[in-house]
Amino acid sequence: MAEFGTPTALVAAIHKARAAGYRTMDAYSPIPVEEVAEALHIHDRKLPLLVLIGGIVGCIGGFALATWTSVVDYPINVGGRPLFSWPSFIPITFECTVLVAALSAVLGLLALNGLPMPYHPVFNVPQFALATREKFFLCIEATDPQFDLKETRRFLETLEALSIAEVED
Amino acid sequence: MSPPPTSPPDVTVRQPFIEPGHTFESVTDKIGAIVLDQGVRRGWLIGFTISFALLMLLLFALTNLVAQGIGIWGINVPVAWGFDIVNFVWWIGIGHAGTLISAILLLLRQQWRTSINRFAEAMTLFAVACAGIYPIAHLGRPWLAYWLFPYPNTMGMWPNFRSPLVWDVFAVSTYATVSFMFWFVGLIPDLATLRDRSESRVGRFIYGMLAMGWRGSALHWHRYETAYLLLAGLSTPLVVSVHTIVSFDFAVSVVPGWHATIFPPYFVAGAIYAGFAMVLTLAIPLRRYYGLQDFITLRHLDNMARVMLATGLVVAYGYMMETFVAWYSASNYEAFMVTNRFFGPYNKLYWALIFCNVIAPQVLWFKKLRLHQGWLFLTSIIVSIGMWLERYIIIVVSLHRDFLPSSWGMYAGTRWDWATFVGTMGLFMSLLFLFIRFLPMISIFEMRTMVPDAKVDEDAHAGGAH
Repeated sequence: MAEFGTPTALVAAIHKARAAGYRTMDAYSPIPVEEVAEALHIHDRKLPLLVLIGGIVGCIGGFALATWTSVVDYPINVGGRPLFSWPSFIPITFECTVLVAALSAVLGLLALNGLPMPYHPVFNVPQFALATREKFFLCIEATDPQFDLKETRRFLETLEALSIAEVED
Repeated sequence: MSPPPTSPPDVTVRQPFIEPGHTFESVTDKIGAIVLDQGVRRGWLIGFTISFALLMLLLFALTNLVAQGIGIWGINVPVAWGFDIVNFVWWIGIGHAGTLISAILLLLRQQWRTSINRFAEAMTLFAVACAGIYPIAHLGRPWLAYWLFPYPNTMGMWPNFRSPLVWDVFAVSTYATVSFMFWFVGLIPDLATLRDRSESRVGRFIYGMLAMGWRGSALHWHRYETAYLLLAGLSTPLVVSVHTIVSFDFAVSVVPGWHATIFPPYFVAGAIYAGFAMVLTLAIPLRRYYGLQDFITLRHLDNMARVMLATGLVVAYGYMMETFVAWYSASNYEAFMVTNRFFGPYNKLYWALIFCNVIAPQVLWFKKLRLHQGWLFLTSIIVSIGMWLERYIIIVVSLHRDFLPSSWGMYAGTRWDWATFVGTMGLFMSLLFLFIRFLPMISIFEMRTMVPDAKVDEDAHAGGAH
């Protein structure tokens, strides 16, 4: 794992690592950096889909709840007015849509990211405490086919990193 | 009114939203230090003590309410909605500015939201908590409040989904839930920062648990940004719907003064107006006390004052249309309602409302006064009072003259009404003081993205990659 001082240096390092053939790596930063995700070729489109499904479930569920209770299970005849008065069910439908969609966004975010995860090997590196403050890290993982403890360390040393550390499992 | 010495004349023109010279470290440390290093400060302790005393007053007033029933409040036929609904609408309205700042300004890419969104969202949550107390207490049998939710029960009954009051339950509870999630998701990276910076074991443990193992991985950030944007997109229609539904509580009825199609937009504008007034009321003392002038700059205050002025004009238009439509409709009841507002027993409150919400904020047209913190603070307090009066006029003045003179009455809040109202301010302030003490009141990671270094230098990286 190598430490950098700016997002620019991190992005440059990722490009070099990919050029050297490394694929299984992750970057850690105190701020979201769009270019880092691009450089790592991260394409993750699961979350918007989850939210869309959540929204549809909420929408249908809310409308079905209001309709079934007011028309089928507990019909109240108020001066012969129609039981299926769908415009008055719209506010409930809307609120349920937003509620379920927002819940799926948040729970989906946590689930996809595997959080809560109190322990992760990267926390064993002392410098890593700065990943939430000012420093940027690139971690080439041992599962990478090209990974070799000595070779990879030598490669990281060519990247002009501020420091290099081995992540203990 | 002399201009404040700190503001050069062109302060709003090209002023950045963060003072120059800040780096990732300085931003992190300055905001983090308020929580981690400063300890309990004297001013904080005094403020929290007063707020907590008022919170105890709230508990006392509510306990007495449950013990004796809502007869201790001033409400009675014909004015069955009094302080409880006035305060409910007032608090909910205040909350709306928080969501507006965090969601709508995010979607509009307004960078100036960054330093004020966190505490504005917190303000939303606490205001909604205060608002929620009122309708529940007003039920008369608050321990049966769960009957409002649809659940299969042995009575074989369901709530009436055609009722605006049930819509209200759904709107406010959804709003509270989504606001909480939005706020908490925004906090996760900052909680991780506090976890890594905290020197006490307890601090590391608690912030560590709350941060849930956030480590700033690129893939996590990528999903995080997506989720945040989606939540903003969901909150935007939500915030508009909430006050629209609150206004339906009135507009769907047939009471003159309530039954008006202008209510939804006029309520939403009023909510944003009151909310920005409250954000300013909180931001001006906070930035001074904690020395946050670098982050919450005069340009922020100026922008908020402009939003307040604009929404204030929409509200003024609403008052004008109410009066115009009363005449244009040629309805005797509508016309009576308006003349009763102008000249009836509560007319002093009506003219005070016009002064607070329409006349006083016109000073915000002048840049000198927008940038003068004392004036801005005073104006925001006046607007908060004005918005409270507006709800009082809408609710009490419309109800106290029923269709038949035999059912006319007068209304005044009792000491228990006031105790509950002041008590919810205590609840609001207590939560706010705790929030300032234990959580970063400005989003640290979003402030880091404002630092010049946060931009990836395309030229350097192209040169480095090839």
